[in-house]
Amino acid sequence: MKKSHDIRRYPGFGTVTVLFFLWLYAPIAVVIWLSFNENRIVSVWTGFSLKWYRAALDNGPLLDAVRTSLIVAVVATAIATTVALMAAMVLSRNPTMRGAKLSETVVNLPLLLPEIVLAVATLILFSQLGLADGMTRLIVAHSTFCTPFAFLPIRARLQGMSTDYEEAAQDLYAKPLTAFRRVTLPLILPGVFSGAMLSFVISMDDFITSNMLATGGTTTLPVYFFSLIKKSASPELNAISTLLIVLSLVLASAALVLSMRAMRRDP
Amino acid sequence: MTRGKAVEVFKVSKSFGDYQALKEVSFTIHENEFFTLLGPSGCGKTTLLRMIAGFDIPSTGSISLFGTEIGTLPPHKRRVNTVFQSYALFPHMTLEQNIAFGLENLGWDKARRKARVAEMLELVHMTPFAKRKPAQLSGGQRQRIALARALAPEPQVLLLDEPLSALDLKLRQAMRDELRTLQRQTGITFIFVTHDQDEALDMSDRICVLGEGRIQQLGTPSEIYEEPENRFVADFIGATNFLDVEVLSVDGPRARVRTPMGIEIEAAQKGVSGPGKATLSLRPEKIGIEDQAAGEIIAGTVTARNYMGGFTHYTVETRGAVLRVSRRNALSQAESYAIGQQVRLGIVAGSARVLGQ
Ligand SMILES: Nc1ncnc2c1ncn2[C@@H]1O[C@H](COP(=O)(O)OP(=O)(O)OP(=O)(O)O)[C@@H](O)[C@H]1O
Ligand SMILES: [Mg+2]
Repeated sequence: MKKSHDIRRYPGFGTVTVLFFLWLYAPIAVVIWLSFNENRIVSVWTGFSLKWYRAALDNGPLLDAVRTSLIVAVVATAIATTVALMAAMVLSRNPTMRGAKLSETVVNLPLLLPEIVLAVATLILFSQLGLADGMTRLIVAHSTFCTPFAFLPIRARLQGMSTDYEEAAQDLYAKPLTAFRRVTLPLILPGVFSGAMLSFVISMDDFITSNMLATGGTTTLPVYFFSLIKKSASPELNAISTLLIVLSLVLASAALVLSMRAMRRDP
Repeated sequence: MTRGKAVEVFKVSKSFGDYQALKEVSFTIHENEFFTLLGPSGCGKTTLLRMIAGFDIPSTGSISLFGTEIGTLPPHKRRVNTVFQSYALFPHMTLEQNIAFGLENLGWDKARRKARVAEMLELVHMTPFAKRKPAQLSGGQRQRIALARALAPEPQVLLLDEPLSALDLKLRQAMRDELRTLQRQTGITFIFVTHDQDEALDMSDRICVLGEGRIQQLGTPSEIYEEPENRFVADFIGATNFLDVEVLSVDGPRARVRTPMGIEIEAAQKGVSGPGKATLSLRPEKIGIEDQAAGEIIAGTVTARNYMGGFTHYTVETRGAVLRVSRRNALSQAESYAIGQQVRLGIVAGSARVLGQ
């Protein structure tokens, strides 16, 4: 490629880039900045303080909501990733199987349906079934809508992987399960990991379904957060947001490092 | 031959949907044999190999390994190993782990595994690389490890699918010799797939020429080259001149034909039943030129000349036919002929072959 095609030489490239990142991150920067504000009124800066962080960490209902969200996200991610992995294995290794196309569409369908529709449907189904336990309801619902997010990266990874490795493993006397555990799984691990990460984030972030299904004892973080905002715009919200941003960054970095390490092993 | 039967392929056919890739193929491979499946791209070589390895199941027919029918046995239950064209070394394992993989699955204990891995690395001259990952190797080195990995579990038969095609010319030649030596040392039956006739002629005990999903000929390299049974084989193996000839008489394995150049010759025949039309195959290096001309002599004019180093190929126009002639560049430049030059060609009846249409 010639130098003149380098996008960095286009007129206005620098300005547009700066504007874009400002637009993207300015709100977040403001939230972080104000979380250290000592004043009770969110938008008036009076001095540096960590008191909102202290308040956030002392807030019992908030911590309960974090705990609920984490449990739901971890369990739903485990279920969604396992189901997605099995679906991806079957679909990518038997593409001509009867019903393969249909199954793939069905797995991905939750991506296309409006979430509010799914949420209402789930709520109705659960009351029909008489499923009252809040945690179970959340986990079941989250596993469902997380599955396609876990499925897509795993599927892509399997698609890009030659079947030679699996055949070589079987050729070298590995039973199908051994071949999967020792060869296929390690090779698609970056895809499985991305799928699990996506699914975890989607679950942690979900509001519509969780709000619909929430019962007294099982409020997830986004639902609790929303109820706080409705009551008052306390600076505590800024502190909680900042903590969440930090948590996301840590998770995202871990994911990046792990997947880069896995990539480096590839030929 | 007193050797046992290593692999018996009996009336094996394979269809993919409507397409029939193999049609009733039958042959027997002997113990300790270097057996080559040779044929043009798409003729079904890989398909056949995959059925012996167990990755595909024959549509009809049966395959036996040392007398036991294995037609539907899954790959991990066959004492057969494969060297893949892509090598398929496990990228997340070191070379040692790659070689030990099969042994672990067979339940070999640790000490025995370790000894075998060391022995294999030694055999392919890769001992210093034991702890490396496949990505850190050159093509030739990967090839060696793929061989070591497939040989380690002491398979009854080793399958090799175009293992040399990814290597450069020099390395390919070296690996040919190495493979041949390995086969002799280990005494394992090799089934080698290639579309390279030189490779096949050079390495094999016997060659099975496949074409259009059928066996075209099965024989030793010299039988395949010198006594092709049909036009497909004569054309695919080596270069040849095909002449449309008229059969005058047939006498058992020999036929007398009139060539387009006007001369009549008697040559070995295959597939000709009586007078009529047939094809004469005449290898370029078996036509004598000028001082080497012997047998039936015809005159011609050189119309093209290709210098190939060891050989020079001439295209000679004679009355009735254009012939390609090769001459080995033995001694000096004196033997070369210029374009436009008149030359005498000699055809020895014994070197020609009459083939049915
Ligand atoms: N899974 C499949 N589905 C459909 N057709 C197939 C399949 N595998 C092979 N074929 C067809 O069967 C024929 C033989 O294929 P095969 O791979 O055995 O050829 P080959 O002799 O190994 O060729 P090459 O030298 O190019 O490797 C080809 O025409 C191919 O298109
Ligand atoms: Mg092939």
